[in-house]
Amino acid sequence: MPALLKDRHHGTWLLLVLATGITCWVRAGGIVGLAAAAGTLAIAYFKGRLVILDFMELRDAPTIWRAVVEGWLLLVSILVFAVHWFSLAGRVSV
Amino acid sequence: MGAVTATRELDDTVARRLPGDRDVWIFIIAELLMFGAFFVAYIVNRAGQVGLFNASQLTLDRTLGVLNTLLLISSSWAVVQALCVARRNERSAVPRYLGLAIALSLAFMIVKFFEYSAKIEAGLTMMTNTFYMFYFCLTMIHLLHVVAGTVILTVLWSNARRGAYNSGNSKGLETGASYWHMVDLLWIFLFSLLYLLK
Repeated sequence: MPALLKDRHHGTWLLLVLATGITCWVRAGGIVGLAAAAGTLAIAYFKGRLVILDFMELRDAPTIWRAVVEGWLLLVSILVFAVHWFSLAGRVSV
Repeated sequence: MGAVTATRELDDTVARRLPGDRDVWIFIIAELLMFGAFFVAYIVNRAGQVGLFNASQLTLDRTLGVLNTLLLISSSWAVVQALCVARRNERSAVPRYLGLAIALSLAFMIVKFFEYSAKIEAGLTMMTNTFYMFYFCLTMIHLLHVVAGTVILTVLWSNARRGAYNSGNSKGLETGASYWHMVDLLWIFLFSLLYLLK
């Protein structure tokens, strides 16, 4: 196994870098619409969860603390996606 | 059987531990809720002016946004490494990793300075339109958190140079690290919202 992947934190860093690259590649390719938005937010959620579990070390924290922080990320991701979905369908006016 | 269950529950209680200071975690959650409200306010306003937000987003320098994302991700990694070496009692390595994290956060601020300068030179300010109001407000509030986090990292670095952190004393380092990772987490979402989502 490469030395870079022996430590979980190195692997997390590598995944975060790769995920950043993938979102930018999707955007640079001019991919738009609901699928692109869903992909962008899913990757942001994935990256956020990696930071929460591996960098903030909430993977092994008491369940309530992990649930609150992970719940925040999930709630914000869902709300942002829902409003964006409605806006693409022209259903929201401010 | 009951004793086995009780032992397992005890093991679980001992193994599951919140890193750092509990009060700082309450503060971190309050910060997350505040930024969560900002993110929802942004997306709701965006929904009402999709064309304007899409056109304004095209004027952002995505390369600088990516660069800043990589800088904060790497800075977070360096802080994690500082904590790992402290727990292994490799005291001399702790300030090296914290110094790297501080250098990367300073690089983030420098990139942000050039990004803001380019926008202002192009006549784009907080008053230009709703998108730019959100762009400047959200990134500046986040930048204040980066500055505060860098001050915390500098205090930790100074303590680490005196050999303060080891396997028996890492709570202060864990507390500062948790705050710094929150700054990273917020940027990851902010970058996706402002620079990528359209």
